[in-house]
Amino acid sequence: MPDALPERRITLTVNGKEHSAVTEDRYSLADFLRHGLGLTGTHLGCEHGVCGACTVLVDGEAVRGCLMLAVQAEGRQVTTIEGLAGDDGTLSPLQAAFMDNHGLQCGFCTPGILTTLTAYLRDNPDADEPELREALSGNICRCTGYDTIVRAALAAADAMRKGATA
Amino acid sequence: MKPAPFTYHRAESLAEAAEMAATLDNARLLSGGQSLMAMMNLRYVAVDHLIDLNPVAEIAGITIGSGRVTLGAMTRQRTVLEDAALATCCPILREALGFVGHVQTRNRGTVGGSLAHLDPAAELPGMAALLGAEITLTSQDGARRVAMADYPLGYMTPDINEGEILTTLSFDAWPSAHGWDFREFAQRHGDFAMAGVGSLITLDTDGRIDRAAVVLIGVDDGPVRPTDVEAMMIGETPSDALFRAAGALIAERPMAGDALVTEAYRQHLAGVLLRRSLANACVRASESAHA
Amino acid sequence: MSSTAFVGQRVKRVEDPDLLTGRGQFLDDLKLPGLLEAAFVRSPFAHATFTEIDAAEARAMPGVVAVLTARDLPAEMLDKRILLQVPHPEITYAVTQEPLATSEVCFVGEAVAVVIAESRHLAEDAAERVIVDWEPLPATAHCDAALKPGAPAVHSTMTDNIAGRLNLSFGDVDAAFRNAAHVIRERYEPHRGTGHPMECRGVVAVYDLVSDAFRIWSSTQTPHNTQRAVIDMFGLAEDHVRVITPDVGGGFGPKNQVYPEELVIPAAARLLGRPVKWAEDRREHFLTTTQERDQVWDVAAAVDDDGRLLGIKGTLIHDAGAYLPWGIIMPYISATTLPGPYKLPAYRMAVTIAFTNLVPTTPLRGAGRPQAVFAMERLLDAVAAKLGLDPAEVRRRNFIQASDMPYDMGLTYRDGAPVMYDTGDYPDAQAKALAAAGYDDFPARQKAALAQGRHIGIGIGNYVEGTGLGPFEGATIRILTNGRVAIYTGAAAAGQAHRTTLAQICADELNIDVTDIDVVGGDTGVMPRGAGTYASRITVNAGSSTRMAATELRGKALALAAAKFDVKPEDVELTHGAVRIKGEQGDSITFEELAKMTSGMPGYALPKGVKPDLEASGYFTPPQATYSNGSHVAEVEVDPETGQVTILKYTVVHDCGTIINPMLVDGQVQGGVAHGIGNALLERMVFDADANPLTTTFADYLMPTAEIVPTCDIVHMESPTPLNPLGAKGAGEGGTIPAPAAIVAAVENALSPFGIRITDCPITPQRIVELINAASETNQEDR
Ligand code: FES
Ligand code: FES
Repeated sequence: MPDALPERRITLTVNGKEHSAVTEDRYSLADFLRHGLGLTGTHLGCEHGVCGACTVLVDGEAVRGCLMLAVQAEGRQVTTIEGLAGDDGTLSPLQAAFMDNHGLQCGFCTPGILTTLTAYLRDNPDADEPELREALSGNICRCTGYDTIVRAALAAADAMRKGATA
Repeated sequence: MKPAPFTYHRAESLAEAAEMAATLDNARLLSGGQSLMAMMNLRYVAVDHLIDLNPVAEIAGITIGSGRVTLGAMTRQRTVLEDAALATCCPILREALGFVGHVQTRNRGTVGGSLAHLDPAAELPGMAALLGAEITLTSQDGARRVAMADYPLGYMTPDINEGEILTTLSFDAWPSAHGWDFREFAQRHGDFAMAGVGSLITLDTDGRIDRAAVVLIGVDDGPVRPTDVEAMMIGETPSDALFRAAGALIAERPMAGDALVTEAYRQHLAGVLLRRSLANACVRASESAHA
Repeated sequence: MSSTAFVGQRVKRVEDPDLLTGRGQFLDDLKLPGLLEAAFVRSPFAHATFTEIDAAEARAMPGVVAVLTARDLPAEMLDKRILLQVPHPEITYAVTQEPLATSEVCFVGEAVAVVIAESRHLAEDAAERVIVDWEPLPATAHCDAALKPGAPAVHSTMTDNIAGRLNLSFGDVDAAFRNAAHVIRERYEPHRGTGHPMECRGVVAVYDLVSDAFRIWSSTQTPHNTQRAVIDMFGLAEDHVRVITPDVGGGFGPKNQVYPEELVIPAAARLLGRPVKWAEDRREHFLTTTQERDQVWDVAAAVDDDGRLLGIKGTLIHDAGAYLPWGIIMPYISATTLPGPYKLPAYRMAVTIAFTNLVPTTPLRGAGRPQAVFAMERLLDAVAAKLGLDPAEVRRRNFIQASDMPYDMGLTYRDGAPVMYDTGDYPDAQAKALAAAGYDDFPARQKAALAQGRHIGIGIGNYVEGTGLGPFEGATIRILTNGRVAIYTGAAAAGQAHRTTLAQICADELNIDVTDIDVVGGDTGVMPRGAGTYASRITVNAGSSTRMAATELRGKALALAAAKFDVKPEDVELTHGAVRIKGEQGDSITFEELAKMTSGMPGYALPKGVKPDLEASGYFTPPQATYSNGSHVAEVEVDPETGQVTILKYTVVHDCGTIINPMLVDGQVQGGVAHGIGNALLERMVFDADANPLTTTFADYLMPTAEIVPTCDIVHMESPTPLNPLGAKGAGEGGTIPAPAAIVAAVENALSPFGIRITDCPITPQRIVELINAASETNQEDR
């Protein structure tokens, strides 16, 4: 073990806002967002890369926040659940669809599911149910049994095709 | 579940990475991190230095030329999955990559990372073995090439020396008229397979098998090329009896067994998967021959 | 009379906006100045003793504030164990965990020391450096083995591994078996799994020296039990311990215990004079959070020639794990659940509760019922097979009829009252489920599929579930001086949307909108009494209390306004946050004005008999459990070569009495079925012979994913109960309870050409292939 705990300053953009902060080298991006920046909307459900609760978007793509180091996000654009709604607080079509379709119960898995689906629906606006289920297969939800999540995603895709935005 | 402390080093170029790898003690290379970070979080792995290859653009990307395919080590799994040219010349890669983890892990996970980690059930090392690929390892002393057949030295132990960086994977594409199939068995999509099989087949003008390659994953310390099965295919006309015989042969091979998956079940699965895989590869071979 | 603008409607959840935007406040999200973080040092052995813990090196590590062992804990904690939650006279050895083990550990993961440091990372660094002089002892890994002569003692203080025995019976069992045309005997072995809420457990504690008081946040289903345990441990007065639940990321039962960490973290906060947090990680959750389901049932059914049940007898071995935090409630529930919706003339079950060197078992979604339903439904399937009857027909011949209600089964339930089914139409529930599942056409479909080489099968699971247990849950409703309405309740939510449900009930009574209501729950500081969110009891208990309080408050508001306008109370009515004189425009008074008047407005005298504050409380105490029921039908496809099972269609008929919010009930059912699918096909905690857990990550312990769980076809029946003012019954567990029985039956049915019999669950692909191979070997031998 090194004598002094290695740390460094990183600068990155989170939800459109630039942040500069010191982090220990070993901090995961999720830990840094939560404890370094106080953005506790990103959750940790397993810290070994299976549950998907920690999913955030890095340069627009969904990644496991527990398997990427904060220092690797230097200069990157990160989007978390806190950044999905419009600037005025209007829920994104996906968030609104989750509310309308009861897509969440305890809400602990929800941040990772919303970020995953935000990227997926952007790239696959016409996704059907089997495709959505596969896209969701890296996110575990213990409460809902997934049905309402799938309904919400389908409803959001439909709303977005009709022009809804956050 | 937080990793033990380490010092992070960002390598901006291959030369810089090689220098770091040569000089830093108890160091590990970080590529996609989709296995390594999890093992570090669990404190199964602790290092003093982590050398990040992610910024090293020169070892990322796909090149295809005169039948030879080269994948840079830092090519993301998602890129391999979605690359159209690769899907045309080497369709089995797309089929296999579809089983690798989930979108979130494929966005970060890399070709080189998977090969260096060498999980016995991993798809990419299996593909490398099936395609008879060659691996390039680069250090300050230059580059070294290793045939995939010689690369696994034991359970999760690749032939990578101190100071070496896995930089490329290259192989010859099969002729455009070939059949392919990859399948594996896990209870859930994206999990490591209890067993998996990949097959490549070409047929001669009489419809007889004139070239066959088969790989098994998840059944032994590393990917397995069953030469006996490959040999018994040659010159044969595809038939259910042939595939069954191949399945029966493979099911007799000693395999790994553990508390969760027994050897007998792995053998059984391998036999079933092989039979189905060969059958589908032969159908596709015949379709592509007539296309 | 109240309106029903909200009750019975698919009202959107008031919880959602915060949770959808990352503004939820879960345990690990809490920020307090000077907060320290904890990591525990845990046993790597399933059974071991130790004498010395050397923490010198750990204490010198960067950022470490303290390393505490049992000896370093406050004097009040010495020689104390956690309060037993449910005592019972049949418990032979009432052993619960010590806050930190003093000399012996009895399962892998049991804590012996805690490191408190400036961050969790630093605490984990130091925890690795704590050295314990372990002396490993032989361990017992399964409840069946635990009872065999010569089995290693789970606790070195014990001579056998028996935690308790229960004998339940009614009717003349011996006569039933003497007179039986057929006797069917089987052994069933459901296996261990666990709850795995996506948020693990966690505790934050603050100690206030000035008032000698604790403020504790815990990710628990039962803040009041945590409070009781802390009070018991530290010998404090009740108002010196406040336990608050932040947002809780799922519970499913295992968060309904008091755990050692909930005592050690407050102790550390007091010793160190700083707030301390422990957020459990998933590995700790695998090792230390309670589990359930290992049981061994040896049962026999006596039936007549028509397949009518004459009697059931047998033995049940229940795995307690290493300690008894919940006493012996679960096997009790199992044994009383077995008869289910069927008329059973005679019954005798001898239950032995065995200790093992595994993490303790406590109620987990279903709480002993999925195993009992598995045993009963599998037994009926065996009867059907033996007599050549359709499984649905065997059930039809045995159902308790709607006209038999209330039906006294002949046993005493865990609450001490008789098992007295209140309402429900069990035959109709099955009939509706079969109709929705296309059961009658199934043989044709199965035949057609088989012709294409596909093996599909269908299976039934029926159940009756005691829900809505007492003792009570309270609610206080207050109209605030800003015109808003607040509901205070002891109930702690973990995703069940109590805030929405209670607001719906209150909104109808007060004729306001749900958005005018704030629900504050799960805080012993606002509601001094409460039991917890378990046993599907909150809608019944807190919901009924809310209805009672709201009704009283409504009367109070009407009386006040009537007095003010000098009219009779019948002449005023509630309208959207105001009280007005009926039938004419003009005089009305808003809730805001009413609340101000009653909160001590100078110059305003309260009408006679009216107490200050616009507030009312209700404590509903149910006279007995109320019984929900349902029928599930699973249709599956099995690949007999790989053993893979795919669920093609899943039908649920669900009767939980009056439904407050169908959207939420559907959510509970669908989520419950997903959990049941895990129990049926995927989720198993595997231990080696030395009781070491082998499945300690989500890569080994398989949770159902979106590709595994189909959309359930849910049919609601509503048989309101007369036992509470809402007519409601519990809905949280019915999705899970019969799912393993129905799915396993379907798998067996799909594989009927192979003639296999499945008696354990989860049924994995490997096991299916083994059973098929074994059956074909037997067939060959027969030839
Ligand atoms: S916390 Fe990252 S995948 Fe579970
Ligand atoms: S809503 Fe609770 S885990 Fe998904």
